[in-house]
Amino acid sequence: MEAHSAEEMQRHVKTYFAVYIALLVLTVATVGVSYLHTTTAMHILAAMVVALVKGSLVAAIFMHLSNEKKIIIYSLVLTVTFFVVLMLIPVLMECEIFRYLDRMVS
Amino acid sequence: MSAVIPYISKPHPVTGVTNAKFGIWLFLASEVMLFGALFSAYIVLRVGAETWPLGSEYLSVPWAFANTVVLITSSLTMVMSWAALQMNNFAKYKKYMGATVLLSFGFLIIKYIEYSAKFHHGYFPANNTFLAIYFTMTGLHGIHVLGGIIVNGYLLFPGSKMWHTEPERFAGRVECAGLYWHFVDLVWIFLFPVLYLL
Repeated sequence: MEAHSAEEMQRHVKTYFAVYIALLVLTVATVGVSYLHTTTAMHILAAMVVALVKGSLVAAIFMHLSNEKKIIIYSLVLTVTFFVVLMLIPVLMECEIFRYLDRMVS
Repeated sequence: MSAVIPYISKPHPVTGVTNAKFGIWLFLASEVMLFGALFSAYIVLRVGAETWPLGSEYLSVPWAFANTVVLITSSLTMVMSWAALQMNNFAKYKKYMGATVLLSFGFLIIKYIEYSAKFHHGYFPANNTFLAIYFTMTGLHGIHVLGGIIVNGYLLFPGSKMWHTEPERFAGRVECAGLYWHFVDLVWIFLFPVLYLL
């Protein structure tokens, strides 16, 4: 981030505290949801949505990504793309071609 | 100085950020893949398992909830320590950075209590795949917390001398350490529901 004026920093500080409160509220919410008797699928969905919102708040505000240079944003877009591939590995494992390859190896 | 690393406190003309900041972000990108691989492994293990326990059958949700609050609070004090430097308030920086380090120790102490309770009950990584992935993920995360304590402890005590000679460079260091620390917080934000609540 660039150099900041005093008033600007005061505004930032207010945002930081607001985000902190939001993170606490969302933490309580995610624990609360786990006590409701919902289906596992609904529960996983709710927990992941809350975690994504919390994570985005930390990344955007605490890590200043909401106001960051393009080169860093581009690097992270690339990272997220490959992260999604990693998350899809369990799904890919179910594909016939991978089962075939697995049999070939073993 | 024998060798000067360029663009360490001034932004590089091509990237628009300091080399230090670009470097820490690339490091964090590699960290995303490291933890991503473990989350992926978790899904594979869980989908492949015949039964999967609810986290709370083995783990303590209240302790983990407390640790979440501790870590979120330390993220706030971390960003506030950086903000204090931006406002030229070194005393306030010391206060907030000190709080960050103390809270990090608090996190590890709670983790120690949790681990001891598991071992006491005879729960070890070898027992089942749930406990194996639990200890692997929280263990790796714990090592990251320890790393944060070392860096932040350095910036709190011996490293803080730099503020009086090269304030801009020092603020850059605190910002980079902060980015790392927020990442450690971010990982926990996902670990908590995945291991304890689902």
